[in-house]
Amino acid sequence: MTKTIREINEKIQAGKAVVVTAEEIIDVVKEKGLKRAAQEVDVVTTGTFGPMCSSGAYLNIGHTKPRIKLGGGRVYLNDVPAYTGLGAVDIYIGANALPDDDPRNRVHPGEFNYGGGHVIEELVAGKDIRLTATAYGTDCYPRRRLETWINIKDINEAVLFNPRNAYQNYNVAVNLSDRTLYTYMGVLKPHLGNANYSSAGQLSPLLNDPYYKTIGIGTKIFLGGGVGFVAWHGTQHNPNVLRTEKGVPRRAAGTLAVIGDLKQMKPRWLLGTSMLGYGCTLTVGIGIPIPILSEEILQYTAVSDEDIFAPVVDYSEAYPQVKSDILGEVSYAQLKSGKITVLGKEVPTASLSSYSRAVEVATTLKEWILRGEFLLTEPVAPLPGVESGITLKPLKERPIEE
Amino acid sequence: MPVSKRVVLHFPKRLVDRPIVYRLVKDYDLEFNILKALFTQDAEGLMVLEISGAQEDYDRGIRYLTESGVRIQSLSQDVIRNEERCTHCGACISICPTGAFELAPSTRRVNFDNEKCVACGQCIKACPPRAMELHF
Repeated sequence: MTKTIREINEKIQAGKAVVVTAEEIIDVVKEKGLKRAAQEVDVVTTGTFGPMCSSGAYLNIGHTKPRIKLGGGRVYLNDVPAYTGLGAVDIYIGANALPDDDPRNRVHPGEFNYGGGHVIEELVAGKDIRLTATAYGTDCYPRRRLETWINIKDINEAVLFNPRNAYQNYNVAVNLSDRTLYTYMGVLKPHLGNANYSSAGQLSPLLNDPYYKTIGIGTKIFLGGGVGFVAWHGTQHNPNVLRTEKGVPRRAAGTLAVIGDLKQMKPRWLLGTSMLGYGCTLTVGIGIPIPILSEEILQYTAVSDEDIFAPVVDYSEAYPQVKSDILGEVSYAQLKSGKITVLGKEVPTASLSSYSRAVEVATTLKEWILRGEFLLTEPVAPLPGVESGITLKPLKERPIEE
Repeated sequence: MPVSKRVVLHFPKRLVDRPIVYRLVKDYDLEFNILKALFTQDAEGLMVLEISGAQEDYDRGIRYLTESGVRIQSLSQDVIRNEERCTHCGACISICPTGAFELAPSTRRVNFDNEKCVACGQCIKACPPRAMELHF
């Protein structure tokens, strides 16, 4: 039994497609068996909603009169610096950017209450954003200063463009030291006081398509409450990691670069986020539809939390010092039970990505498809797979001799 | 009948430098545990206490505090979750020392039990979307 994306789209348009979420498919396969389920189900929707640091948006704010060349100048949005190494009035605001006068970690742990992620959230919410800029002035762009309110509805373009999102699996963070750690994986209490993880597990997009057989460049997705696309493989995309017999990565593996029109997104799905003692980021909602083209594809989507394993990593030593030793592996079923055992000790778990909101993403995408509003796309090119030979390279430092 | 209650005491400026709380022990035979105390010069003082003792003594003690000019609030109103911002991720669960947060297995949503909250404030800064707010 095989289907094509075109056939599935025809069924969607006719209102006859069968769409289930990556959580629901688990029971469908248990009940009906792989073969029948693959015949009956056309699309499985996935979802995730978690902090994704490599996120940001580029804006074209429109030309002033007289003109100003922001490129090479300085621009702040609500006091948060935006990148200006682009053409005249194009700027990029990154989720991790912080106001120049933010105390950061001078008093540790810093609070990081407002940064680029919060600017993006407020922009999407339709709030006015204060833009202040200085430029050096040219014959064709004479103006040197600009202070104005901008609003997403008035500017030419506002595009979310995230270089690394939707990690396929991730570390479980613990702390073996005797002091509290403030990390991008949350607050880690000393002596294995807690364990934090961040993946939707069985609902997570790339864990449902472990070998990138359907998700590729050009795949249309749910992004930040609107429609976006997979633009490229994400930075640090690392398909060559340990995998289970069923092909599920046992370490952080694939990633996605995603893009979409910020103007039709919603603040509920792009949330400015503060990690105590670490910095600011953006919590992003992403959902990807997986066309059930064959039994094999369906089998991948039927993966459950019991089948997905993540490495437990010590963030007091192994992570900061880039040591590869792990303290063991645990399944997402164990993580979601509320406690795991590490080095013989029972450790309470907590998640940084929201499973209930991931379900909401997958369910929303399912409803869009069922209503015929969202058709599937054929990837333009595949993501690099295991055969690409890509591995994650550390920086080889070469001393600069003066 | 013994009781144990958590209360927030607001001390007006004029009372900040006067010994008041010790009389709960001395005159009213009550035990108290200080959960939080904030006193700054020229400003209202604030104390979060867990007070235990016989119901009758507790009532008398509270009456004494009120008559002295201390404003009393029950604690459960003080840490509030902004439901709009909470994403139900669960980062607060293992941070809370009293187990006031619990992940409901069926909905995977985080329940917040005000009754267990001692207003220590640890969840406030540890919450990534900053959904927990302290109100006094």
